[in-house]
Amino acid sequence: MADVRTDPIHQFGIHKLVDINIDGYDVSFTNSSLFMVLVLAAIALVLLWGSSSRAVVPGRAQTVAELSYEFVANTLRTTAGESGMRFMPLVFSLFMFVLTANLFGMVPYFFTVTSHIIVTAALALLVIFTVTIYGFYKNGTHFLKLFVPSGVPAAIVPLVTMIEIISFLSRPLSLSVRLFANMLAGHITLKVFAGFVVTLTGLGAFGFLGALLPLIMVVALTALEFLVAFLQAYVFTILTCMYLNDALHPGH
Amino acid sequence: MSWFISQANAQEPAIVPAEDGHAPVDAVGTTVAHEGGGHGGAFPPFDPSTFPSQLFWLAIVFIALYVLMAKKVIPQIAGILEARAAKIAGDLVEAEKAKADTDAAIASYEASLAAARNKANAIAHETRSKVAHEIDGRRHAAEAQLAAKLTDTEKHIEDVKRIALEHVSTIATETTEAVVEALVGKVSRDEAIAAVAAVSASKH
Repeated sequence: MADVRTDPIHQFGIHKLVDINIDGYDVSFTNSSLFMVLVLAAIALVLLWGSSSRAVVPGRAQTVAELSYEFVANTLRTTAGESGMRFMPLVFSLFMFVLTANLFGMVPYFFTVTSHIIVTAALALLVIFTVTIYGFYKNGTHFLKLFVPSGVPAAIVPLVTMIEIISFLSRPLSLSVRLFANMLAGHITLKVFAGFVVTLTGLGAFGFLGALLPLIMVVALTALEFLVAFLQAYVFTILTCMYLNDALHPGH
Repeated sequence: MSWFISQANAQEPAIVPAEDGHAPVDAVGTTVAHEGGGHGGAFPPFDPSTFPSQLFWLAIVFIALYVLMAKKVIPQIAGILEARAAKIAGDLVEAEKAKADTDAAIASYEASLAAARNKANAIAHETRSKVAHEIDGRRHAAEAQLAAKLTDTEKHIEDVKRIALEHVSTIATETTEAVVEALVGKVSRDEAIAAVAAVSASKH
């Protein structure tokens, strides 16, 4: 009998809040949908509030809005150049969504939207499709130069091209699995150690003492998970920027 | 909560067997899970029955987020940053101008100070030379006057001397007359003159 309090998988469960069925597809409003909407609301609240005062000397909310903007803008500009700035809305939306969803996941009882592979895969595919479509639209067949690096001896060009193609195709996989696996594993680890605390404290005085160790572990892991939450959002963003750079300047 | 999962799992076998070779295992697993109370069923992140709903809501949320960012938030923040950069640049230009003005004022002050100093020097020099000139003139006049007076006086002395010398023989004659008269009695004037002349001649 799995106890809900100690079951590390339970937190990822999706349950329907409002049953919706469109054309045979089950698109019910679930707890996942609820948290997606909450993430959107939180981002909108902070950024709209922060950018509405337009003060020359920013207040707190405005500093948050400006810092996020400049952080993403600098990342995008240094990775993809000035012409990459046209993708600012996409990259900024991705960063804010992933970061906020990751941080929301750190709140107890909150659902982590990015702990589901379908969500991260959808975001990764959005990036890859944007890169591929824009790459062909902007550069035509020149975009294929991406797979044939310049300055490679003719003899190994086929091999290198093969590797480049495989690397390109594995991008959406690595992009989505990295984020998903980090969130999933982090939350499972947290819950497992937290479960130890719950189980051990149920065993009397000795267990109470024994529970101290996993408790310390949980505290440390929580700090680590906050770092991971930010880091994975950043990694997702900078990889997006690098892939967009390929679309903008293939053949580098 | 586990009640929800069991319910979802209960719907599971309807979809899973169509997927791949894992179907029997999954089917067994779900059955066990169903009996066991919600554990060991399809791992929620890999449960395809939730995919349409997640994709549907992610699309709605992400499109809304994108539109909000692209149309409102990013232009606003970019506007703020641009306005600030423009303000800073403007202030810097203004400060630069103020500095240039200050430098110019200092330069003009120093120039006028130098001019005033030069003028003062010129006036002093002019005055000095004028005064020196005047002093020279006066001295020359005084010297000329003195020289003239000296010449006059010398001439006067000469005259006096000459007249006195002229009178010497007369006095000598009269003295001789008087002395001789007192000694030997009356002598004629002619004899006295001759005697004086003879003495003067022998003396010379």
